[in-house]
Amino acid sequence: MAPSPDSDTELGRRLLAGDMTAFDRFVDLYRPKIYNYSFVMCGQPDDAEEVAQDTLMQVFTHLGQLREPDRLKAWVFRIAKNACLTKRRKSVFAPVHELSLDELMPTRDGETHRIEIADWRALPEDEALRVELKKELDGSIRRLPEIYRPILLLRDVEGLSTEDTAEILDLSEDVVKTRLHRARLAVRKDLDQYLRAQEKSHG
Amino acid sequence: MDDCKGYFALLSQYLDGDLSVEECTRMEEHLVDCAPCVEFVESLRHAVALCREASGPRTIVPEDARRELREAYRKALEALTKAP
Repeated sequence: MAPSPDSDTELGRRLLAGDMTAFDRFVDLYRPKIYNYSFVMCGQPDDAEEVAQDTLMQVFTHLGQLREPDRLKAWVFRIAKNACLTKRRKSVFAPVHELSLDELMPTRDGETHRIEIADWRALPEDEALRVELKKELDGSIRRLPEIYRPILLLRDVEGLSTEDTAEILDLSEDVVKTRLHRARLAVRKDLDQYLRAQEKSHG
Repeated sequence: MDDCKGYFALLSQYLDGDLSVEECTRMEEHLVDCAPCVEFVESLRHAVALCREASGPRTIVPEDARRELREAYRKALEALTKAP
């Protein structure tokens, strides 16, 4: 199957070929992505803005080093991760907080033995409620302990593979899988609490 | 519940299709008999799907930032065409 014109591989290939439309497409697509990543990692809008620009400047300055166009996204995010590390002022020396599986498991009702869980089949379709839910999600991701946050961002928000994520963050694939699971469970738990509170308030 | 705990640790790998055939079979055999786990997996699946939509607002790229980037791109292309 031919790669879609918007696929990263195709975008990388066209960038290397000097295609100005690809340049605009790349900047419009990736600058917000990197801004979002660094905002969630650093927590400062000004820093995020600088990281986004610095990253893309480095991408273009070192464009010749992009040997494999299909690695475009992983390559860009590796540069972004490093730009973010040099920028970050806070929480560098924060103690490592590990999430335990026990605290992320659902609790059971003592009488019915059913787990206490929201009705996820009834996710809000109403636009305003979805915006609220998304706010909860963004907050939940930002609250993740530092060692889990970039993994969820790269794997689930950006859709990178376990292999690419491990390489970008200098971790083993097993560590990526273990931490991703805990990060997902933590986000699920936050959203579940939010949805249950909504259920209660709306009857 | 203790029985569920072992499976609980593997749910993301199950959703990502990362379990071995044996582990996956065991998981599915467990899910057939365990309604709470099924309900939980579904909630996790939904949460992961929502994350995909979380990639932030599509901000407008400031024009001076774009100009600076375009200049860097032009220079990179010149270097690329000069390279042997």
